Amino acid sequence: MTSGPARLLRDMVRIRVVEETLADHYRDEQEMRTPTHFSIGQEATAVGVCAATRPGDWVYTAHRSHAPYLAKGGDLTAMVAELYGRQSGCAHGRGGSIHLVDRTAGFAGSAAILGEMIPVAVGTAWAFARRGGTRVAVTFFGDGATEEGVFAESLNLAAVRRAPVVFVCENNLYSISSPLAARQPAGPTIRDRAEAAGVTAVQVDGNDVFAVHDAALTALRHCRDGGGPYLLELATYRWREHVGPGHDHGHGQGYRPVEETEAWIARCPIARAADALRDRDPGIDRTVADWREQCREEIRDAVAHVRQQPFPDVEALLDGAYQPVPR
Amino acid sequence: MRTLTYGQAISEATVQCMAADDSIFVAGEGVDDIKGTFGTTKEAYARFGAGRVIDVPNSENAMAGFAIGAAAAGLRPLLVHTRADFMFLALDPLVNLAAKWRYMYGGDKGGVPVVTRGVVGRGWGQGATHSQSPHATFAHYAGLHVAAPASPADAKGLLVRALTGETPVVLVENRNLYPLTGEVPEEATPIDFGVGRIARRGDDVTVVATSLMVHEAERAAEQLAGRGISVEVVDVRTLRPLDDRIICESVARTGRLVVADTSWARYGFSAEVAAVVAEHIPQALTAPVRRLTLPDSPAPVSWPLEEAFHPGAAGVVEACLRLCGQAPGDLPALADVAAGFQGPY
Repeated sequence: MTSGPARLLRDMVRIRVVEETLADHYRDEQEMRTPTHFSIGQEATAVGVCAATRPGDWVYTAHRSHAPYLAKGGDLTAMVAELYGRQSGCAHGRGGSIHLVDRTAGFAGSAAILGEMIPVAVGTAWAFARRGGTRVAVTFFGDGATEEGVFAESLNLAAVRRAPVVFVCENNLYSISSPLAARQPAGPTIRDRAEAAGVTAVQVDGNDVFAVHDAALTALRHCRDGGGPYLLELATYRWREHVGPGHDHGHGQGYRPVEETEAWIARCPIARAADALRDRDPGIDRTVADWREQCREEIRDAVAHVRQQPFPDVEALLDGAYQPVPR
Repeated sequence: MRTLTYGQAISEATVQCMAADDSIFVAGEGVDDIKGTFGTTKEAYARFGAGRVIDVPNSENAMAGFAIGAAAAGLRPLLVHTRADFMFLALDPLVNLAAKWRYMYGGDKGGVPVVTRGVVGRGWGQGATHSQSPHATFAHYAGLHVAAPASPADAKGLLVRALTGETPVVLVENRNLYPLTGEVPEEATPIDFGVGRIARRGDDVTVVATSLMVHEAERAAEQLAGRGISVEVVDVRTLRPLDDRIICESVARTGRLVVADTSWARYGFSAEVAAVVAEHIPQALTAPVRRLTLPDSPAPVSWPLEEAFHPGAAGVVEACLRLCGQAPGDLPALADVAAGFQGPY
C-alpha cells in the first residue's frame, strides 16, 4: 500500500496515464462523443487537494473534471463508460465528461457553466456546518470563472456565513485561448480579491504536489476549526487544447508561445515530484515506470470492458427528468 | 371552514412545513424585516429565528446556487424574491443546474428540491422591471415545476406540496392576491401539481387563466351572466405540469376559448394553452382562440398608461362578447382586482 508522498506521485501518474490513453482513443475512434477537457499537466492540483480531503468531504468541479474525480476516488470504469455514453456510466450516459458524479467517493458533481459550482459548494458547506461536524465542501474552478459575478457573490456569501468551503482556483493562465492579461488587470491577483472579500487565501505553486497538499491540509483544517472559507490559488498550466485531445501550441496555430508551453512542460508536476523523492528513494523511476505500466493496463481493461457495454435504451430517454410518480 | 388571506395561507404553509421538517429554511433579501415579504415570512421568522429565516446578501445568482448545494446535502431551501424580476439573475442556477440536476447526473441520485417564491404584479408605477411575471420563462424548462396559485387554499396546498416534494419548484405570487380571503384547510394538506380546477361552471365560453387573472375572469363571468353568456373559468393552478385534460374537456364542451394571462402573448402561457387545444381537439373550436395578455411593450409607469397596459376583467368581458358575436355595448366598466390598491408603491 502506497502512502504519503509516494501516493501523491502515484495518483498523478495514474491520472496522467488514464487521460493520455483516453485522449488517444478519443482522437482515433471518434466514439467518445462528449466535449472532453483534459487535465494533462495539471495533475498536482487535483491530487494535492483531494488527497488532503476526508471521505465525508464533498468535491465539486467545473468542466475540467476527470482529474479531481479520479483523485477523490471516483470509479474509473464508470467515468470511462460515461465518456463512451454507456448506461453503466456514472451518469448513465446523460451527463458526459462535464457532468461526472460519484457520491460514494464524495465527488458531488461537475458542471460546465463557468462559476456555477462555486456557490453550490458554499451551500453544501453551510448545510454541513448547520448539522454540526467537521465536513468541508471543496470547489475547483479555473481563472476564467473568477471573472464571473457569481465568484464575487460566493466569496462574500461564504465569508458572511463563515461556510467551511475551500475554493480551489486552478489558474492555468488561459480561458480557452484568451490569456489572463486580456481578462484581468495586472495588480490584484485572484488571491488578493478573495482576501479583500474576507476569505483567507494563499497562492501556491500548483505544479508542486507536496506544496499543494500541505496548503490544502491547512485550508481544510482552517475550515474544520470553524475559521470560515479558504481560497487556494494554484498556478498551473494545461498541456493540451482547452477541449479535446490535441496539442494546440506551436505549428503556427498557437495562442500560447511555444517557449511558454515548453517551459511549463519542463515543470511537469510528475517529474518534479519524482525528483523530490529520488534522494529518499533512488528506485523511484523504476517504481514510476511500473505504475505507468499498471495504470496502462487498468485503463486499457476499462476501455475494453466499457466498449462491450450497452448504450442506454432509447425508450428511457425521458427517465430522470422528474422524480418517478408512484403508480 | 375558517378563512385566511392569501398571504396568511402562505405564511401558515411555511410555518407548518418548517415545524414538521427542520431541514426547511427560508432565505431571501429582507425576509426577516418588519414587513416580512408582504407578511408571508414574518411568523416563520418570529417562530424559528434567524437560523432558519435568513436574510442574505444581494446575490440572487449565488443564493440560487447556494440553495442547490444545500439541497444536494439534504436541506430544503425556500428562496423568496420580493420582486420576481430579480429572478432573472438566478436563471443560470435554476435553469442550468436545478432543473437538470436529477437527469444529467443519471436520474438515480436524487434531485435538488429548491423552492423559489417570486412576487409578481403591479403596484403603483412599478414599471418595466418591477412588475413582470416570469412564470412562462421558467415553465419552458423540463425538470422544473411552476405554479401560479389564485386562491388562498391553493397557495397553501401547492406550497406544502413543493416543500414536501423532490422537484425544484417556482411559485409565482401576484402581490394583489395577498389581501384576498378564502377558505383554507387548517392542516398542511398538499395539492398535487398538474391538477387544474374549475373556478366557475359555464357552457358558452371557456376562459383559461392563472393567478390574478382567475379572479378577473370570475368577475367578468359574473357580468357576462347578465348578458346571457355562461362562462366557464378554468384555473390551471400549475403551468408545469399543465393539466391538458381539464382545458380540453372544457373547450370540447364550450367550443370557445379565451386565455387570460398577466404576461405577454408570444411564446407564453396563452400560446401554450392555445397549442394544447390545437393539438388535441382542433375540431372543437367554433371560433378563433382569443388571448388577453399584456400589450407588446415593457410595462409603463405613468398612471394612465399603466391602467391601459394591464389586462383585467373588462378585457375578459370584451373578448368573450366578441367570441359570442356580441358587441361590447354599454356594460358598466369593471375595475381591476388591483384597483383597490392604496399605495404607496
